[in-house]
Parts: sequence; C-alpha cells; structure tokens
Amino acid sequence: MAETMKLEIFRYRPEKEKEPSFQTYKVPFREDWVVLDAINHIKDEIDGTLSYRWSCQMGVCGSCGIMINNVPKLSCAAFLKDYYPDKIRIEPLTGFPVERDLIFEMDDFMTKLTEIQPYIIRKESEEKPLEEGEYLQSPAELAHYKQYSMCINCMLCYAACPVYALDSTFIGPAAIALGQRYNMDSRDQGRDARQEVIASHDGIWECTFVGECSVVCPKDVDPAAAIQRAKVSSTVDWFKDILIPWGKKK
Amino acid sequence: MSVYHRPVSNIWWLKRKPYILFMIRELTSVFVAGYCIFLLVLVYKLTQGADAYGNFMVALKLPSSVALHLISLAFVLYHTITWFNLTPKILVLYRGEERIHQGLVAGTFYAVWAVISFMVVWLVLGV
Repeated sequence: MAETMKLEIFRYRPEKEKEPSFQTYKVPFREDWVVLDAINHIKDEIDGTLSYRWSCQMGVCGSCGIMINNVPKLSCAAFLKDYYPDKIRIEPLTGFPVERDLIFEMDDFMTKLTEIQPYIIRKESEEKPLEEGEYLQSPAELAHYKQYSMCINCMLCYAACPVYALDSTFIGPAAIALGQRYNMDSRDQGRDARQEVIASHDGIWECTFVGECSVVCPKDVDPAAAIQRAKVSSTVDWFKDILIPWGKKK
Repeated sequence: MSVYHRPVSNIWWLKRKPYILFMIRELTSVFVAGYCIFLLVLVYKLTQGADAYGNFMVALKLPSSVALHLISLAFVLYHTITWFNLTPKILVLYRGEERIHQGLVAGTFYAVWAVISFMVVWLVLGV
C-alpha cells in the first residue's frame, strides 16, 4: 500500500462560517514533494474549495508563505519528507487577518511598504541631467546593502514577529530592512525622509530583537540586523543633534 | 468582505522554543537590574560605618544569600552571552572592502569581558 501523510489545514469560508476550523486531508507521500505539491494535490483531486496563494514554485515570488507546524515557511520550499510520518498542521501566516482558508489580507504590509519609500530618492538640486549618465557604484558600495535587497516580500518575517502579532501598528521587519537597503545605497539621499517612519514610535523602537524574522527569512536578508543597525544610526543622530546642534543638515 | 482576526494567546511565547529563549533573555534583565541595585546597597552600607557593613557581609554569607547569588550569576551569564552573540549583527565592520568576521567581533567582547573579570578577581581576591 502506498505511503500517505495527513495534512491538517485551517479552513475559513466567510460565507458559511463565522469561526475557522481545521480539516484533515490524506495525501500520498512522495520523497520529492514539497508541501505545496501536497496542497495542489488536495485542490486538484480531493477538495476544489481549498483556497491558497502560490505562483512560481521556486522560492522567488514569495506568494506561498504559510505556517507549517507553527513556523512560517514557503510551502514550495518545505519538503514533506522533513515531516513524515507525522501529521502537518497548516495555517495562514500569523499576524494577518484571514480572508479565506490560507489566504490572508496583506493590505497593511503594502501600506507600510509604500510609507517607507523603497526607491532611490535624490535631492532635486543634486539630480544629474540624463545625458551625464548613471550614478555609478563600486562593488564594495553594493556589498554594503545587497543582503537587504534580496527580500521577496513573502512576509514570513512578519509572521515570525511576536511584536507585529501583538501590535500591528509596528512597521515590521521587511519594510524596515528595505528602508535600510535604500538608506545604505550610495546613490540614495532619502534617509531623512525615511527616518520619519523608520525612527517613529511604530518603527525600529518597537522591535525587541526576538530575532526570529531573520531565522525564518528564506533569502537570508537578516531584517533583525537591519533594524538594530538602524537603531544605532538613529541613536548616533540623536547624540549629534544634542552635542552639535549647529551641525544639523539642512 | 468579512475577515477573521485570530486572537493572540497570552502564552504565545510558550509555543516555540526560540520565543521561550527570548522571554528568558528578557527575564534575565530583572536579575541584571537587581544586582545593580544590590551593588548600590553595598556602597550605601559602606557609608554607614564598619558595623553596618560588617553585619551586611555576615548576612551575605547565609546559604539563602549564596543561593540567590548563584541564581543571579546564572541569569547574568545567560544575559551576557546571548547579547554578546548578537553583537556581530549590530556591529558590521569593514576592513577595506572586506567585512570583518562575525566571530572576531563577538570574540573581542568576550576577550574584554575576560580581561575585566580577571582584573576584578585580582583586585577582590588578591590572587
């Protein structure tokens, strides 16, 4: 008899029920299957009503983030064999409101991402005319921020962050890491504009350095480090303002 | 569309080992602060004369006091080691174009800690 595995999946169908429940499915166990393959099997062969997000199936798009046994993971990168023969419990990413089954609402993250202004900002007076060419950057300058630029917006770091789960006003790991990515870019001049969000009450100072955001990140972005480094820079700014108030940037 | 907001349990930190370890690290701060207060009390007793200081030292040798000190030592060690291990995340240093190895950053803190501890032991015990 072929080997099987049980998947206990969070179900929420707002048109039918007020409270979510869990539904258990039995799927074939295959060595080369990831959890997303098993969920696709359920959708295609067992229960077409199951709703979830996925796209690239290769750890690039960041769409298929779910909680697997209480740990945020990309379902396309989590192999069934790592859990076999135990039952796997699958839920939508923690900390976000659930729309349907494994689909959660990501509007809050999108708003925060916009607030951080994740793009190169130049002072108007220092903008080069197009005919003068690109703003060049050395490999060493690139190395300073490259790690933070690898984010795929999968939101696993938010799901791992207890601060965000307890207080969703927190700007959160990915958005702050992305802000730091641009702050550390030698071509960028927008740090002051981003500081209003990053160094605000809901920004870096909410972070208690649990560090799980960096542990679960599938791209080794290390948002926890980005946040702590932003805390150091902001503290230096504060001391500079106090000690040399005449040195304020215009 | 009606969305479902999942409640966060008060015991969320018991659900995964990393969260438990984080909460222990947070708890150790109480012992660090407590020991700072203890040292202030020790200095205060010194200002109160030889008798007051002597009585305080006698009280410190009680088994309950020794046990409390050992518990505090364990928590303060946990606090120090976990924070020292996190320093390379915060202190990202470059030598030219190359990033200084994370072990070297944390190792510097451990080395300074060892030197200061040795000096304290040398001063207190005269070893």
